[in-house]
Amino acid sequence: MAEVQYHDVAAVGDIAEDEAQQIIIGSKEVCIVNLGGEFFALDDVCSHAYASLADGYIEGDQVECPLHGACFDIRTGKVKSAPATVDLKTYPVKIEGDRIKVGMPAD
Amino acid sequence: MASDRQFVIIGAGQAGGWTAKTLRDQGFDGRIVLLGDERYPPHERPPLSKQVLIGEAEPEVTHLWPADQWAALGVDFRAGARVAKIDRAAREVETSRKERIPYEKLMIATGARPRQVATPGTELKGVFYLRYIGDALMIRERLVPGAKLVVIGGGWIGLEVAAAARKRGADVVVIEFAERLCARALSPDMSEAVLMLHRRHGVDVQLKQSVARFEGEGTVERAVLADGTTLDCSVAVIGIGVSPNFELAAEAGLDIENGIVVDEHGRTSDPDIYAAGDVTNHPNAFLGRRIRLESWENAQNQAIAAAKAMLDKAEPYAEIPWFWSDQYDANIQLVGLPERWDEIAVRGDVAAGNFIAFYLSGGKIVGAAGINTGRDVRFCRRLIQSGAAATAAQLSDPSVKLQSLAKK
Repeated sequence: MAEVQYHDVAAVGDIAEDEAQQIIIGSKEVCIVNLGGEFFALDDVCSHAYASLADGYIEGDQVECPLHGACFDIRTGKVKSAPATVDLKTYPVKIEGDRIKVGMPAD
Repeated sequence: MASDRQFVIIGAGQAGGWTAKTLRDQGFDGRIVLLGDERYPPHERPPLSKQVLIGEAEPEVTHLWPADQWAALGVDFRAGARVAKIDRAAREVETSRKERIPYEKLMIATGARPRQVATPGTELKGVFYLRYIGDALMIRERLVPGAKLVVIGGGWIGLEVAAAARKRGADVVVIEFAERLCARALSPDMSEAVLMLHRRHGVDVQLKQSVARFEGEGTVERAVLADGTTLDCSVAVIGIGVSPNFELAAEAGLDIENGIVVDEHGRTSDPDIYAAGDVTNHPNAFLGRRIRLESWENAQNQAIAAAKAMLDKAEPYAEIPWFWSDQYDANIQLVGLPERWDEIAVRGDVAAGNFIAFYLSGGKIVGAAGINTGRDVRFCRRLIQSGAAATAAQLSDPSVKLQSLAKK
């Protein structure tokens, strides 16, 4: 199991409910989603075409790519509808005080 | 234990592929024979006029599923198989190699083909239509820096080719017969925004113009316009629309009217034969009329609905049409295809190419179109679907969240 390193990415208050924000960790674009007060982190770049999912529309526990409408499960990163066919990676999130921290494999 | 049922699908594009996938997703364990007349596994076409033409991706990007996912579906896929005849009495299709394949249910997903122009000189080397993977690769090879591209047709295909060619460093002239671009799909203000987009990127767009002939010694060298102007031309692409491939269905005696006539379940006039995608003339409950759509989403979702109906799990296909195009850094989206409206409300900056236009009729949104506002356009579909009331003042005010207009 690879070592996970947590990165402080934002304050809890920075991301409103059912909103998302793009965060860059190293050279990686990560989408942080506030789903009814719970935070999730997944790849921000759609696996179909180059688009930021943080600009997408969130409905239920899915995020929809703004470019071509591919949907992903925010909790698992799994593709829920085409045109994407490849799942996204998800990352562990922990809240410390009012800070959101995202775990990435340490290099 | 797999059943001995056999379903046959003609056509391995978006609609044919999704029919096969849906049959499996819905638990069909019989044999699925998928006949494709190209040599590629089921694939979609949008990237052919975009990433593949630009050279950012290879044709494999069009395959609907990664090889392992496709293999796992267990489809008897026959590449390069052309169907010559549907024998409804025997419930068999016959291929051009005289092989007869029995079916219990049949899906016709034969798509469409480019409409041909009568312009003299189209037989010269370097003059292309764009529909198939091979077309995209041949055109791409000729789109070198300094190439002189002449595009006939200022519709989606022509404009996407123009954008890709500019990215590859070619000089581009687009010749459009109508007085504005994409006149069939776009309102006049959107046509203007798209025209500006191309002019900003250095494309010479000529409206109310046509090509009289192509000239050259074996290979195209010049395009002579109707007004007598001569353009240097090392490569030409013609994109003036498509014709549905309904001949097989027509010869089999199925009802045809601008495509294969189907109901909301994709059923043709023969209850064991279905059709989906570009080839169908189908009812659209939202628009209140029959329509033939040439769109990626229709090919997918109509096929999904029809595949369910093939298994007697019918759910009517009733979607509000949605369409996208990618040109340069602009993602253009349309929803609703309204034929008329009372008012247009615009939110955003048209000149900067970042806006959404809402089409209103009787106090409701009946359609929307935008550039680089995909989230809003797609959310609009929900507003249209729910019949939410909205005013032009609300819609053009960026401080009014669209979500707040949704019916509670």
